[in-house]
Amino acid sequence: MLDQPLIKLILVVAIIGVTVMLNRSTAGARHEAVRRLMLVAFVVLALVAVLFPPFLTSVAQAVGVGRGADLLLYGLTVTFLGYVAASYRRLRQMEHQVTVLAREVALQHPRPPRDGSEDG
Amino acid sequence: MTVSPTSDDAVLVVPVFNEAAVIAEVVTAARAAFAVVVCVDDGSTDGSAALAQAAGATVVRHPFNLGQGAALQTGVRYVLDATPAAYLVTFDADGQHQVADAVAMARHARQHELAVVFGSRFLDDRTRPGGLRRLLLKSAVWLTNQQTGMRLSDAHNGLRVIRRDAAMRLDLRANRMAHATEIVLQLGRTRLPWQEYPVHVLYTDYSRAKGQSLMNAVNVLLDSILK
Repeated sequence: MLDQPLIKLILVVAIIGVTVMLNRSTAGARHEAVRRLMLVAFVVLALVAVLFPPFLTSVAQAVGVGRGADLLLYGLTVTFLGYVAASYRRLRQMEHQVTVLAREVALQHPRPPRDGSEDG
Repeated sequence: MTVSPTSDDAVLVVPVFNEAAVIAEVVTAARAAFAVVVCVDDGSTDGSAALAQAAGATVVRHPFNLGQGAALQTGVRYVLDATPAAYLVTFDADGQHQVADAVAMARHARQHELAVVFGSRFLDDRTRPGGLRRLLLKSAVWLTNQQTGMRLSDAHNGLRVIRRDAAMRLDLRANRMAHATEIVLQLGRTRLPWQEYPVHVLYTDYSRAKGQSLMNAVNVLLDSILK
């Protein structure tokens, strides 16, 4: 566990940093709870992977992947795609909210024709 | 060109985005036939809003650009909330539509008690899109029909008459080009009576450079696929 202490320290610090950053945003209660549980699982797995690399490799071999590093890469790819999908959904939702808001603002102040021939 | 004025039970809705070169002319021509012309300025940066206002249009202004679909929905909301109009007519700002066609379509809707009249450039031979453009447009028509279950001869034609009860059922969420498919889909779902009506789409140098370029036909086609 204590061989290569430097890289392990760096990675653990990085993981904790990301964890804190991810935890700062807030959303609906149920959604939030699920997200936090997944986060805890992620932290535990990340720590295990960093501190006990052979464990990751044995998990990789159990699922038919040669090296733990390959498994990590696959996991990362999947996670990234999930992130892209989630943020796309959120972006669309926000775009819609912005549209509705802008529309309400626009409708508050209709400008009548300036030639005065219109009763609006 | 003079057009006999219609009663003011039809309001023209014109989405506008940076059309300063033609908007005054388009609004002036439209005002000859329609008592109320609503320009939804979609965050233009070239003074289109002021020009439209000076030419006799009521202007509703988005604080920033949201896309034509959003502008149309804003126009629909304005007509429903602020006017007693029985019909609204959607009309492009770039001068490619004829006011006479809009008047004729509104009359057609009244006479035949139609909730929706779609303008179609392919019902007669007045409009002559070039070979490749025609092919792309026809492909978009076919795809839109597959997606909406409607049988239209034209897609993405901005000239439409929509009766108040049909307009109340509209909720356009696709801000960009895909709204042209969405509007057909939502109007079709109302199960209200509709027809197509032949219109003349004028491909001027301006409209060609502006929106109806071949590249735009490609966008239309891709939007129909990707939705």
